[in-house]
Amino acid sequence: MAYEGMIAERISINGDKHEPISAYVARPLGSGPFPGMVLLHHAPGWDEWYREATRKFAHHGYATISHNLYHRAGDGNPDDVAAKVRAEGGVPDAQVIGDTEGAVQWLKAQPWLNGKVGVFGTCSGGRQTFLYVCHTNSINAACELWGGRVVMSKEELNPKQPVAPIEYTQKLSCPLLGLFGNEDRAPTPEQVDQHEAELKKYGKQYEFHRYDGAGHGFFYYDRPPYRIEQALDGWKKVFAFLHKHLAA
Amino acid sequence: MCTSIVEIVGASGTGKGSDGWFELTHSVVSYDHPHHALLEEAINIDFVNPALGPGARVAVELTLESAKELSSALARAIAAAEIEESNRRRAA
Repeated sequence: MAYEGMIAERISINGDKHEPISAYVARPLGSGPFPGMVLLHHAPGWDEWYREATRKFAHHGYATISHNLYHRAGDGNPDDVAAKVRAEGGVPDAQVIGDTEGAVQWLKAQPWLNGKVGVFGTCSGGRQTFLYVCHTNSINAACELWGGRVVMSKEELNPKQPVAPIEYTQKLSCPLLGLFGNEDRAPTPEQVDQHEAELKKYGKQYEFHRYDGAGHGFFYYDRPPYRIEQALDGWKKVFAFLHKHLAA
Repeated sequence: MCTSIVEIVGASGTGKGSDGWFELTHSVVSYDHPHHALLEEAINIDFVNPALGPGARVAVELTLESAKELSSALARAIAAAEIEESNRRRAA
């Protein structure tokens, strides 16, 4: 039986404008080379579910980093920090892009990386995943899970989120996997239709999977929206997609 | 934050958080994912003082129905309090 081990730890990386932000890293033990993953956490914050997801990706062979997009709101319980960020109207898109680029560059500087990096995010992190991969050429695959407000009305735009991510579709730089629940209200199935129409319009490589009987957040086993069949199938889709695009 | 439904007003008073009583500066009302209530979305009310850090927060997560009942109760209590204050001013 092959030896199996993992290291998981909290570190500090350079985020947007080289400002230090916290991050959680998990990777298989050994010299690799491993494909890399960057996880963008959801609106409820840099929480236990994202710690577990980071280790789950490492369990599947990916060197994975989950950076704290709410670092500047202060240290504390994730729900308190997330509530503070919510009251502040979220975090600026430009800062998220800078922080995520910092996480990608940290991964790319590691000797055990195979040179390929994917991005994964749920909820607001799904939106930010799509936004980020429309602003970089250094990513090999992206998983957007129920990204709310990729499509935004003019009334929803604000100084922190000045442009709806869908407007950047032409600049999408890598294959995209999208998972959505047909009972979701953010994004609605109609918004997912719009999102898909833009991807088709620009000839982008993508695969969308839409689940009946599921709404928002159907992977979260500790919350009421959890849907076991859809979640298990969704995880299979995620790892099949990543294996196809990130294997050395 | 997926709904973007957030209302913020100033607050004068005190709240009791995990570290005891503290001065409040704001009340934040949102309809969004709760952290603890077993609901997809909830009316979340946070009484906070951001200057004291994220932990200076008194939080509740309510169903929409119970939030409506709270809103009505608050309106009734405030109306009664205003009558009380008005009577007190007249008596003075």
